[in-house]
Amino acid sequence: MTTLLRATDITRQFGSVTALDGVSLHLEPGEILGILGDNGAGKSTLMKILTGYQPPSSGQIWIDGAEVALRSVDHARSLGIECVYQDLALVNGLSVTHNLFLNREILRGFPPFMLDNPAMRRRAREILDDIGVNIPSVDLEVERLSGGQRQAIAVARAVGSAARILLLDEPLAAMGARESALIIDLIQRLKGRGDMAIIMIMHNYAQTLEIADRIMLMQHGTVTYEGRAAETSVSELMEIVRRGYRAARSA
Amino acid sequence: MSSAARGAGAGGVLAAFLRWREASIILVGVLLTLYFQAANDNFLSSDNLQTLSQFIAASAIIACGEIMLLICGEIDLSAGHVFALSPFLMHFANAAGAPIVPSLLLALVAAAGIGLVNGLITVKLKVPSFVTTLGTLYLLNGFTLTVSHGSPVDTGGSPGFANIMGASGYAEISWAFAIVLVMHFVLRQTRWGLHTIAAGGNLIGAAEAGIDVGRIKIGNFMLTSVLAGFTGIIEAFRIGSTDPLAGGTPIMFLAVAAGVIGGTPLAGGSGTILGGLVGAIVLGVLRDGFTLQGINAFTFDMILGGAILVAMISNIHLGRFGRGRAS
Repeated sequence: MTTLLRATDITRQFGSVTALDGVSLHLEPGEILGILGDNGAGKSTLMKILTGYQPPSSGQIWIDGAEVALRSVDHARSLGIECVYQDLALVNGLSVTHNLFLNREILRGFPPFMLDNPAMRRRAREILDDIGVNIPSVDLEVERLSGGQRQAIAVARAVGSAARILLLDEPLAAMGARESALIIDLIQRLKGRGDMAIIMIMHNYAQTLEIADRIMLMQHGTVTYEGRAAETSVSELMEIVRRGYRAARSA
Repeated sequence: MSSAARGAGAGGVLAAFLRWREASIILVGVLLTLYFQAANDNFLSSDNLQTLSQFIAASAIIACGEIMLLICGEIDLSAGHVFALSPFLMHFANAAGAPIVPSLLLALVAAAGIGLVNGLITVKLKVPSFVTTLGTLYLLNGFTLTVSHGSPVDTGGSPGFANIMGASGYAEISWAFAIVLVMHFVLRQTRWGLHTIAAGGNLIGAAEAGIDVGRIKIGNFMLTSVLAGFTGIIEAFRIGSTDPLAGGTPIMFLAVAAGVIGGTPLAGGSGTILGGLVGAIVLGVLRDGFTLQGINAFTFDMILGGAILVAMISNIHLGRFGRGRAS
């Protein structure tokens, strides 16, 4: 199978500051890649480049083996790259259905501008059932859902728009054990479909090793460790992080 | 959930009723009507209902626009002065030789232009709409007084046309009901309404989803101006004379009050057009009822202020009870 996403030698400079310095990654279909690193390691910058939000200063990106220049978020989206941000782009006062279809509404044929709410409701049910998200009603306003349910709706929205490369920014941040389990199950089910791949930006090492197939550790804009999750331990990663800090301090 | 536990028997019926957003204000309206009818037999007479309908119509129509703006996180303080200017524009076009219908349409296009300016300054130049429309409020007021030389003119138009536009008994309230129905449909059943709620509920999220939030806001400014201009015109037809001092900030604030009393929060992200109509009815009932009882205008303002506070306090707290939210 062709590699779904490949990025080589990505560099990004902000004035004299180098946020990313020669970062490369690849992502295979059906794979979960966990990217770890402290604040300022360059994870968010990498994320913004992969979602087309900003261009890299140098480096190449390939999707399905073809080189692409991601011009905008919409362009990246048209290539199947969807991102679920930590701050959740959900609208609290709208129903689950309307959030799932925000700006992709199903309209009636006549009058042309009229929402087809029954069709959207039905389809919302299908999308949520398909990925196993369980909520009492698709008519509920999302402000009445729990944090985990909201995160699940945000993920469902990305999946519903035919995403093949799903970027999750801190999907388990500020979530209790039960809520986390809900999202972890969801991520595993999406992986099980085999046609999409997921990149997770994470803070928690143990959780990442448990969910991801492969781990990348970033420090100061470079990748300092990459390996299979099954062959990686938390203590090993901690040791690399410590070494990185010592090197940075003595430099 | 606490609402499920509470939802047995009569409490359940009450909770179900209160879950309906407009419920508490409808209740207030019904109680006020019963009170005024008990206090004065003439309250529900057809003569008085006609008077009452005139109290209600103008603020109900303008409220439709203000509610759309409040939902997407904006406000238009200048609406009352578009109300005053538009019939003059119609009058001048008519006096210059244009037939009445094109003159009316021209005035509405001009109103849309004012809304466009309000919207562009707010969205593109990033001036808060409260300030933008405060500026245009004074600009428009000065302009209207200048071009009218501060004196009223005859509205014009044939008697038949004037009757349709507002001069006959229930013409104005019929316009109001029709516009409210259309706007309710726009808010609840169209993409425009959905995107208006999204723009006010989560501006960044809506933009992230690809919604052109600037276009939504500018469109709603234009809509509000057109509705305010149209209201000014039908009021001018009803009265038969066009007054440069008509409308202004009182009608604008009455419309905003109708929206807020009806259940549209100033914070944006949600709202109800039908609630705005009910709010306008309640304000109309209050004004008309107290007028019948011989209470003067000064007292009325005190009662109006109190009513806004009571309605808002009960909306926030009864609404929370109805939704089963403890905190």
